[in-house]
Amino acid sequence: MANTQGTTGLLGWIDERFPLTKMMREHLTEYYAPKNFNFWYFFGSLALLVLVNQILTGIWLTMSYKPSAADAFASVEYIMRDVDWGWLIRYMHSTGASAFFVVVYLHMFRALIYGSYKKPRELIWIFGVVIFVALMAEAFMGYLLPWGQMSYWGAQVIVNLFSAIPVVGPDLSVWIRGDFVVSDATLNRFFSLHVIAVPLVLVGLVVAHILALHEVGSNNPDGIEIKKGPKGNRWDPKAPADGIPFHPYYTVKDLVGVGVFLLFFSFVIFFAPEMGGYFLEHPNFDPADPMKTPPHIAPVWYFTPFYAILRAVPSFAGTQVWGVLAMGAAIVMLFFLPWLDRSPVKSIRYRGFLFKLVLAAFIISFLILGYLGALPTTPARTSLAQVCSVIYFAFFFVLPILPWFEKTKPVPERVTSK
Amino acid sequence: MKKTIIALALLALPGLSLAAGGEGYPLEKAPIDLHDKASLQKGAKLYVNYCMGCHSLEYQRYNRLARDIGLTDEQVQQNLIFTGAKVGDLMKNAMPKADAKIWFGVTPPDLTVISRSRGVDYLYTYLQTFYLDPTRPFGVNNAAFPNAGMPHVLWELQGMQKAVYEVHKDHDGNEAKVLKGFELVQPGSMSPPEFKEAMADLTNFLTYVGEPIQLERQKIGVWVLLFLALLTVVFYLLKKEYWKDVH
Repeated sequence: MANTQGTTGLLGWIDERFPLTKMMREHLTEYYAPKNFNFWYFFGSLALLVLVNQILTGIWLTMSYKPSAADAFASVEYIMRDVDWGWLIRYMHSTGASAFFVVVYLHMFRALIYGSYKKPRELIWIFGVVIFVALMAEAFMGYLLPWGQMSYWGAQVIVNLFSAIPVVGPDLSVWIRGDFVVSDATLNRFFSLHVIAVPLVLVGLVVAHILALHEVGSNNPDGIEIKKGPKGNRWDPKAPADGIPFHPYYTVKDLVGVGVFLLFFSFVIFFAPEMGGYFLEHPNFDPADPMKTPPHIAPVWYFTPFYAILRAVPSFAGTQVWGVLAMGAAIVMLFFLPWLDRSPVKSIRYRGFLFKLVLAAFIISFLILGYLGALPTTPARTSLAQVCSVIYFAFFFVLPILPWFEKTKPVPERVTSK
Repeated sequence: MKKTIIALALLALPGLSLAAGGEGYPLEKAPIDLHDKASLQKGAKLYVNYCMGCHSLEYQRYNRLARDIGLTDEQVQQNLIFTGAKVGDLMKNAMPKADAKIWFGVTPPDLTVISRSRGVDYLYTYLQTFYLDPTRPFGVNNAAFPNAGMPHVLWELQGMQKAVYEVHKDHDGNEAKVLKGFELVQPGSMSPPEFKEAMADLTNFLTYVGEPIQLERQKIGVWVLLFLALLTVVFYLLKKEYWKDVH
């Protein structure tokens, strides 16, 4: 008998066969999180909430959606009009896609300001960046499904990026599309990848992300390792003194975040589902027409920073591949962050002015790139995008040398509550 | 910390105020009122009489339309259905798409969600700005949609108008003709104010058809937000109670 949890009855019967109580304790009631989490710590649980929302609404959308070039657009309008509450399910899903990126970008920003990617949390960060990449693939393929003009031409532009790769490029893009242009075959395979392949990967990665987190313990706004501090709290003499059980303390606290988030989320769903053309782009209400290229093809807002980097890089030596490489590098650089940032101090609270300056420049250039990526290009905008792209990449190259010049403040022994 | 959040919020602002394309004829603000059932009914009547021969509404059902704009199924059957369609059918038309492409150069698009793709102000302006242009196949052009392939099907109502241009000189002395307005050269069966109101009705109708649920969506939304506000207060009090002993 493997029950070491001291449970009896039905729960005891289960615990002898399955680590139910053990897991509850390890991950909830006896997982000790630092007691000083602030505003920025809401976005992890919110990302999980949005993931569940996307999966559930996605299942119901799939019941009425038809993944074929002839029927897709009409089936979306069928969902919007004839399926009971279909409009709500569809708006929850389309708004959820944007909300996912909002919370994930804020979650990543939290990691940047509090150094959450640093030792011993490198793997948490790497799993996180892989989740981000998978999420981008998921969103990109999902965006093709309504089969509107932006769906179609957005997919055409992005898949064509692969054809810029030397030698194998053209064949690769045909292989991805399953045709010489984006077509019914492309739609059908993107549907398959969007509803099963990538979500499976995402869920697996999220589990790995949380397991890795619970193995090393959460960082906090002070960037202090509470496990290295004094031991003993009200619940356990061996637990970190600055830790409190995740459940019930952070479950009830996260519920407040859930409430506030749902207020914003519902406001968009019920009063501005198109969000001024940012969440649902206006041209996407025209059915896909392979013969008619829209005058301005803009990706959805969450891709625009990377799209701006792509467009900012001029073609060189007769090939456009440099822009594609730069765009890829903009994401790949994130993986190396734990080793590029060499400062022993984690939190921005105790880092020097230089780090704050460099981080601010990075964030501002990212936001400007996002703004520019949604607009048609002009020479002035391209120049600005080039400056911002340089700042974006400079961040990663400045980080390793920063500790030589940076004056950090002393880090306290115990967490503070600001 | 608060300062950081405010600063980030301010930085995000310019991203939300993307201006619409500045070029072209200025669009006129459409007086949309989806609560005005009489206007929606007049718009529906105009649509089925003048537009639907070429432009289907193939995602909209007649009986949904009846219910939403305050008509009975019988009224719709007698006044708005000219084909053999049943009241539960989608609002399709009889024009073969392939033939239409030969006749007009382009298949007249389905207009169910046109208000969502082009915007209501565009539709309102487009409907009012057909003008005489002998260089075009049907003798008319359009200010909101230059070189539109569509004839001026509402000319009986509006009459015919000609364009009035203003000549602008730029710094280099180049002259450019800018469309300034219109002058009625042949009156129609409606006076200009009557026609304007009729086009407002038609635009209103297309706005409804673009998203039939929108009024109900907002009505439900108010209750959802009230409920969530209350729920959030409860969550907050719960959190406060639990956290009393955390120092």
